[in-house]
Amino acid sequence: MLGSDLVMYEEEFKQIDAELQRLLQQANAKVVFLVDKNGQLIAATGETENLDTTSLASLTAGNIAATGGMAKLLGEKEFSILFHEGQRDNIHISIISQRVILVVIFDQRSSLGLVRLRVKKSTETLGNIFNQLLQKVEHEKVSGKREESPFAEITDEDIDKLFG
Amino acid sequence: MSFINYSSREINCKIVFYGPGLCGKTTNLQWIYKKTNPDSKGKMISLATETERTLFFDFLPLALGEIRGFKTRFHLYTVPGQVFYDASRKLILKGVDGVVFVADSQIERIEANIESMENLRVNLAEQGYELEKIPFVVQYNKRDLPNIVPSSELRCALNPRNVPDFDAVATEGTGVFDTLKSIAKLVIMELKKGHEA
Repeated sequence: MLGSDLVMYEEEFKQIDAELQRLLQQANAKVVFLVDKNGQLIAATGETENLDTTSLASLTAGNIAATGGMAKLLGEKEFSILFHEGQRDNIHISIISQRVILVVIFDQRSSLGLVRLRVKKSTETLGNIFNQLLQKVEHEKVSGKREESPFAEITDEDIDKLFG
Repeated sequence: MSFINYSSREINCKIVFYGPGLCGKTTNLQWIYKKTNPDSKGKMISLATETERTLFFDFLPLALGEIRGFKTRFHLYTVPGQVFYDASRKLILKGVDGVVFVADSQIERIEANIESMENLRVNLAEQGYELEKIPFVVQYNKRDLPNIVPSSELRCALNPRNVPDFDAVATEGTGVFDTLKSIAKLVIMELKKGHEA
């Protein structure tokens, strides 16, 4: 179970953030964010100030999970793209490397065609970064080398303090 | 499956409240939401039917403070308890770090509790988890009602492994934070174990 924990390092985070910003610009989007399939927000960029990205992340993951369940019932591996059209804003959701979810929110300043095209390009780049990240995590696990772990010297007292 | 972000120095964990229909899973989350400092919580999302039965899940993000300089966030989820929502329950268990089983203490719900516990075991196994190996606590809810089974009997039926368990009246908040604190502690200790291994 713990073997599949998601870990994010500074270096990869910067690369991901840069790619999301590039996608935001090139797709003329309002917001772009990445979510773990379990609903944890990984990174977000764009007009996020008035947006509840935590809730959006959780609902996106629920959406993908439900769609994945439907896919299985139909004998499909997954439905890799979802699109929700609104009166003002639209949401384009796609799966990267079967593990993370890329969400693009856009309005009339962009179009579905443009978003799809740019997402396709970014999917490859982001997929590579995540593969690199997974390899790094695996490598550090094997070599026993880690960044300072926040858990190494954790005490009962630390945990009690969390609840004030 | 926790998410440790060294870049933003955050730890995110997922806790799922499981149990039979109408046992009080949503009520637990509502109490936690009501009693938590506005700075440390996000919006509570409830995907429910018109009659306020959980349809897919409730979601409450909770920021608990820092451990060794890492912001610690717990994402609390409930599952829909009604038997026929099993497909949805399975989805919500994906990537879970810890489970709270909320039991309904009323005599007529004992069978429903046992069935739901078995369902939890099966659904966890489908995701590759063993109930015996993940952080797990049990809550005996509705202790204020007249027609209840003694906690000792519930323990026999639902908690043979003797994991931490708590009497609760979720509508009044009794036992709610004790349960949360206990599961949070187990989840963090499990993460620690994983990092020592």
